[in-house]
Amino acid sequence: MMESSEQTHYFVPSPSRWPLVGAAALFCLGLGAALTVNGLGSGKVLLALGFTILIWMLFGWFGDVIRESLNGVYHGKEDMSFRWGMGWFIFSEVMFFAAFFGALFYVRTISVPELGDITHKLLYPDFSAAWPLATGPGITQHYEAVAAWGLPAINTLLLLTSGATVTLAHWGLIRGQRRQLVLGLLLTVLLGASFLTLQFIEYHHALTELNLTLSAGAYGMTFYMLTGFHGLHVLLGTIILFVVLLRVLRGHFDEHNHFAFEAAAWYWHFVDVVWLLLFVFVYWL
Amino acid sequence: MATVTDTQHAPHSHKPSGLSRWLTATNHKDIGTLYLWFSFTMFLSGGVMALCIRAELFHPGLQFFQPELFNQFTTLHGLIMVFGAIMPAFTGLANWMLPLMIGAPDMAFARMNNWSFWLLPPAALLLLTSFAVPGGAAAAGWTLYAPLSTQMGMGMDMTIFAIHIMGISSIMGSINIIVTILNLRAPGMTLMKMPMFAWATLITAYLIIAVMPVLAGAVTMVLTDRHFGTHFFNAAGGGDPILYQHVFWFFGHPEVYIMALPAFGIVSHVIPTFARKPLFGYTSMVYATSSIGILSFMVWAHHMFATGMPATAQLFFMYATMLIAVPTGVKVFNWIATMWEGAMTFETPMLFAIGFIMLFTIGGLSGVTLSVAAVDIALHASYYVVAHFHYVLVAGALFSLFAAIYYWFPKMTGKMYNERLGKLHFWWSMVWFNVTFFPMHFLGLAGMPRRIPDYALQFTTFNEIASVGAFCFGLGQLIFLYNMLVSIKYGEPAPQKPWEGADTLEWQIPTPAPYHSFTEAPDLEVAENGAIRAIKGGQHH
Repeated sequence: MMESSEQTHYFVPSPSRWPLVGAAALFCLGLGAALTVNGLGSGKVLLALGFTILIWMLFGWFGDVIRESLNGVYHGKEDMSFRWGMGWFIFSEVMFFAAFFGALFYVRTISVPELGDITHKLLYPDFSAAWPLATGPGITQHYEAVAAWGLPAINTLLLLTSGATVTLAHWGLIRGQRRQLVLGLLLTVLLGASFLTLQFIEYHHALTELNLTLSAGAYGMTFYMLTGFHGLHVLLGTIILFVVLLRVLRGHFDEHNHFAFEAAAWYWHFVDVVWLLLFVFVYWL
Repeated sequence: MATVTDTQHAPHSHKPSGLSRWLTATNHKDIGTLYLWFSFTMFLSGGVMALCIRAELFHPGLQFFQPELFNQFTTLHGLIMVFGAIMPAFTGLANWMLPLMIGAPDMAFARMNNWSFWLLPPAALLLLTSFAVPGGAAAAGWTLYAPLSTQMGMGMDMTIFAIHIMGISSIMGSINIIVTILNLRAPGMTLMKMPMFAWATLITAYLIIAVMPVLAGAVTMVLTDRHFGTHFFNAAGGGDPILYQHVFWFFGHPEVYIMALPAFGIVSHVIPTFARKPLFGYTSMVYATSSIGILSFMVWAHHMFATGMPATAQLFFMYATMLIAVPTGVKVFNWIATMWEGAMTFETPMLFAIGFIMLFTIGGLSGVTLSVAAVDIALHASYYVVAHFHYVLVAGALFSLFAAIYYWFPKMTGKMYNERLGKLHFWWSMVWFNVTFFPMHFLGLAGMPRRIPDYALQFTTFNEIASVGAFCFGLGQLIFLYNMLVSIKYGEPAPQKPWEGADTLEWQIPTPAPYHSFTEAPDLEVAENGAIRAIKGGQHH
């Protein structure tokens, strides 16, 4: 492989229609979502259209990238660009979660204790600043909190194990042992799917038996928003790893040339770390 | 692997033509051009809203618009100018100039670059068409404070999704800028030698990636509060409207520097060029820019002194804010020192750059005034604040953009702009800008609140002056548009290096810049601020 410092040429792709298709998709999604949340029926049609276009674009665009990669137009410098790009993308995701963790810490350390203090007694006489928050004029339902040491603890184990199996797959890849690579990836995808299944069961349990919903005050909203966005990221990560697995089965990647695999693994570790924080601050403490 | 296959060259051999050239562009110059024209269009639409505001405020009482529509104008004027005009204009300039200044063949991710741009028109469409939906456009002010934003009609939802789309666009644009700078500099173009414009856009892009997702989080919480029963900003469920302000300003303050740092970068090239001296204190400029990048995360609550917070927090945010005046001061003094004993000439870019330094300093000083918590409590949400941020955003960001466009126009188009019209544009803007915004300091000190369509009689005279100024200022921008359009077509052919003192890499290549520049990276010998001492190799076609 050529060292990136010696390379004087850089691959610039020829004109492509995919960005424009992607922009059309996001426009349909944005307008469709705005119509849908306001109960306008045509919104759902637009949403469906937007998703269809988006998926078409993803297949087309990633297809182009994979073909270029297989044709050998990417060398050290292009590879380095991809790595930097993925790193900064993950950083943006970290900051997105930071906003919601910030909201969690704010309600727990500032707004809830303040609403329970003496100055608010006249306004909310029955308010008690406990966590999970059960009282407050906006909280109309009785609910229970999700216990940390049930399914969530098992999910923690699942994700931690999947972090190990993806590393196992990585070792298999760099040592040229394809069986270990396939096995490690397959296990990771299965662990991701199990996590999602358990989270689905947990949500079902919370919604039907614990009576916990998004509108159940500060606890319910932070619980569902944080675990929900995390769950979406696990879903995305699992799909990415599955696509990587399919590519491995088709014989893509070698010891040196496997950025897509590493990007998927980085993303997976990021999702893993977010979960650990969730487990500590949402479920446990 | 070392053999370069011919597939890499084939697509570049000809320039695409027609509409598809723009729709499917992967060329950084084409995409940069798209960004610049888009942002100018948005500048005009946001400007028309500003003129509606000034027309209404010409006299006390209600003349033209009901308060609801007036509030929609103030809100959309802010959102469109920030996200539609200023930010895309800087991204467009970075697209055009970065690869030329650091010797890169294009941006690192040329296709994604086009997606970054083409997401902007749909977002703008969502914003502008929201005027037509029931309830009208968002009317909570550009800050979209809860609980105003958790009420209101569908226009707010369209605004929220528009912000999501613009956020995706600017995050991708920023990843592109960072990776291009970190990975695609030509040999010899080291980090501590590269142009200040590259440094400024690098730090800006970092700020965007750090805070745009936080804004996305904030408006997502607004959305779920509106439609899905959450209580993030509602005390009845344990939330707090003040939480919105914290999350918003954690984005909002770095956003201020997102709109200021690229301006610093531009001025750091224009001033040395027309003073015919190297930039004074290049290294300190780099460190000043970086420290602004760090400090900008630690000052957000100075927007919230009137909201209420513990005295210790007020003191912390007050002193941290004042601290930013230090690196900013370093920059201003460095620019002045660069001009000191320089062989100066005053072409249009230089005029705008000097105008920038003067007026941005005024805006910076009124900012230091506002940072004093005790003073801010009296001035908060008054016209003093409006005067302050228009001095840094119009005379700051916008003037630097004009400086940049005039400065690089010859390289971009191969033609010279009309110098007489350029100078007229500058002096016209300089005068009417001050007529518009300087009286607002007095209005604010006298107690006139912002975002109000009506006012007490004693504020009439200054408001009349400001409105006359605003219409003249707006009219003057047509001089710029005329100059650009005519010069692109009929301007005199520009030489490779029209400015005697220009020494960065973009002036070492033919004019207009070849469609594909530096397809092979050149070997460079570079001095500070990207000044080229020697160049070897490097191909264009």
